[in-house]
Amino acid sequence: MSELKHPLDVYMRKGVPRIWCSGCGDGIILKEFINALNELKLDMDKVAVLSGIGCIGRFSGYTNTDSFHSTHGRSIAVATGVKVARPDLTVVVVSGDGDLFAIGGNHFIHAARRNVGLTVICSNNFNYGMTGGQFGPTTLLEGYTTTTPYGNIENPLNLVYLAAAAGAVYVARWTTYHARLLRGAIKKALQKKGFSFVEIISPCPQQYGRRNKMENPIECMKWLKEKSVIQNRIDPAKAEVGIDKIVVGEFVDIEKPEFTDLLKKKIDFVQEKLRKKEG
Amino acid sequence: MRRDVLTGRHFMLGDIACAEGALATGCRFFAGYPITPATEIAEHMSERLPEVGGVYIQMEDEIASIAAVIGASYTGVKSMTATSGPGFSLMQENLGLAVMTETPLVLVDVQRGGPSTGQPTKTSQQDVMQAKWGAHGDKEIIALAPSSVQEMFDLTVEAFNLSETYRCPALVMADELIGHLREKLVIPKTEEIRLVERKRPKAPSTSFAPFKPDADQVPPMACFGEGYRFYATGLTHDETGSPEADSAEVQTELIARLCDKIRKNRDKIVKVKSMFLEDAEICVIAYGGVARSAMTAVRRARDKGIKAGLLRPVTIWPFPSKEVAEVAERVKHIIVLEMNYGQLVGEVERRADYRKVTFVPKLGEVLYTPMEILGQIERCSR
Amino acid sequence: MGKIKLNSGGDTAAKAKAARRFEVVIIGDRCKGCGFCIEFCPKKILDYSNKLNVRGAHPPYVKDEESCTGCGMCDSVCPDFAIFVREKVKA
Repeated sequence: MSELKHPLDVYMRKGVPRIWCSGCGDGIILKEFINALNELKLDMDKVAVLSGIGCIGRFSGYTNTDSFHSTHGRSIAVATGVKVARPDLTVVVVSGDGDLFAIGGNHFIHAARRNVGLTVICSNNFNYGMTGGQFGPTTLLEGYTTTTPYGNIENPLNLVYLAAAAGAVYVARWTTYHARLLRGAIKKALQKKGFSFVEIISPCPQQYGRRNKMENPIECMKWLKEKSVIQNRIDPAKAEVGIDKIVVGEFVDIEKPEFTDLLKKKIDFVQEKLRKKEG
Repeated sequence: MRRDVLTGRHFMLGDIACAEGALATGCRFFAGYPITPATEIAEHMSERLPEVGGVYIQMEDEIASIAAVIGASYTGVKSMTATSGPGFSLMQENLGLAVMTETPLVLVDVQRGGPSTGQPTKTSQQDVMQAKWGAHGDKEIIALAPSSVQEMFDLTVEAFNLSETYRCPALVMADELIGHLREKLVIPKTEEIRLVERKRPKAPSTSFAPFKPDADQVPPMACFGEGYRFYATGLTHDETGSPEADSAEVQTELIARLCDKIRKNRDKIVKVKSMFLEDAEICVIAYGGVARSAMTAVRRARDKGIKAGLLRPVTIWPFPSKEVAEVAERVKHIIVLEMNYGQLVGEVERRADYRKVTFVPKLGEVLYTPMEILGQIERCSR
Repeated sequence: MGKIKLNSGGDTAAKAKAARRFEVVIIGDRCKGCGFCIEFCPKKILDYSNKLNVRGAHPPYVKDEESCTGCGMCDSVCPDFAIFVREKVKA
């Protein structure tokens, strides 16, 4: 292998080759996540990265952090345990559209509802890539996948709308084309107290792209570049994702008490009451 | 005055004794979901954990509950959950994750009538095979069966100790009968309670391998936020934690170690209690709540001059095969009693001449009466 | 507010940047041949090379390093940490 090093190599776990396909957006997400960590100068010993099942699931294995690769859909629940037991850690969940919103949907909703201090990054590539390209909850209408060989009839989920409705305090969507803006969103999400969600529309040239008239990685990225429109602060319900329009931007940025803070307050209250009782 | 160990004599509900046992070991994290007949454990923990500076979190379902327990345990905190049959089924996949990532945790199953929704408020022992085989894949599991409220406390402490020693999940397979029974409980002084903490690595180093075992087959556990930069995955992995899902050698080595760390230490793990077995001709095998009636029946039998004895597995997994085989060799009859339609009896038949074994199932709502058991003992003695 | 700004933009800035020299570093064996850097370089200074790396991909080569503005778009869109830009320090 090459002796040349990329400046961000120090953030990567040694000896773990990145298996993502040529043109897979996950690599860009990894790059910008690391750029965000680098620019924020976080204590890397206090960063926990969790991921679920899918191509993006490999993410936690690639970062040089304390990492946990959980069962399908359950990383947010595991991360909740980590954050509640160690509120001082920066806990990040990076996973895919199916892992977070199909099998994992319930855990997403409740972690957002509780406003647990997690940063959740979703690589949305419109299908289940790891298993060969089946459709998922974000597959576009009429999208072709291995289990929608005649075109998808299910409505895709608007992830930012769901996140906002469930109670997330920071919600943004970018595409891998918007690398710098994506980095900014991740930085904001990492520093935000509470449940932050960043959706990243990501090319999957080998599975979704190939079957949907985007024959190569460049076609996929061009689609993201040409069809995205930045609309910061619009109602997330209107932040659609479709073949002709991908609304990106920052949609929610509010303040709300974070779960572990509320928990601590309650525990302190109980302990104080007991102290008074014990005299 | 210690708040976490309520030293003294109590008259307590089994479920609550279990919760107090956990608190006495230093358990400071509970994630669960209400389910009859285990709800009292959750309710009691929600009240007591804040008193001792611990955390109770009620998750959205049982799958999330055990996932959160794994996360918390991986930060170094002793963690547990409690459920019953339907919730236990939901927890299986993540139980497998706990085995694979060698996460210490305690899972209490207060068994009720099944399958499916079954009989939520009635006792059974229908989950005992599921305890061993419920999660997919090869594994060994540690499971304990309390027979009294005292054992709900003592065996919960033991379960934590075993899970910390062997870096694995440990199950307390209670039954509703004992969970909802009230009787005397003696909680010892703190210094009299034996406690085990998981092994920790000595210092962070660039060559630290999170799944490299010591001589006892158990790797020291690196936790979140300590600088080890470990990688824990449910995929087949080597000693560095790196996924090696394509390698037959790595899979063989990993499975063998995960199982052997329990199999090879079985003498330290397996516990049985026996009564009148020295010269017994009829051995009654019963565990959990059933053992209470069985003990009375065996005493009555002895009063009548019948050489009956009782073998009570306290550890149901690993199954006390040696102990059963030894007794099976010398007795004429073995009566197996279970509140199910035949689960652990199969394990007994494997170690005994199956012609000696009589299985008496009990399903429904009531425990065996000592008289029923005595009747069976008498039939065998003729 | 619909366009994406990639660098400080404008001819004056470009001229100012032109006074600075940048070097594009390509880690050939990491390249998977997606073509993003070549396609999205605003100055079109990259192209596919004839070389084949260990993965069987054609890594890019820099055909006009003088025109590099140091924007780092190639690095931003590369999923494989195979390309980055650094400033050439004047002797």
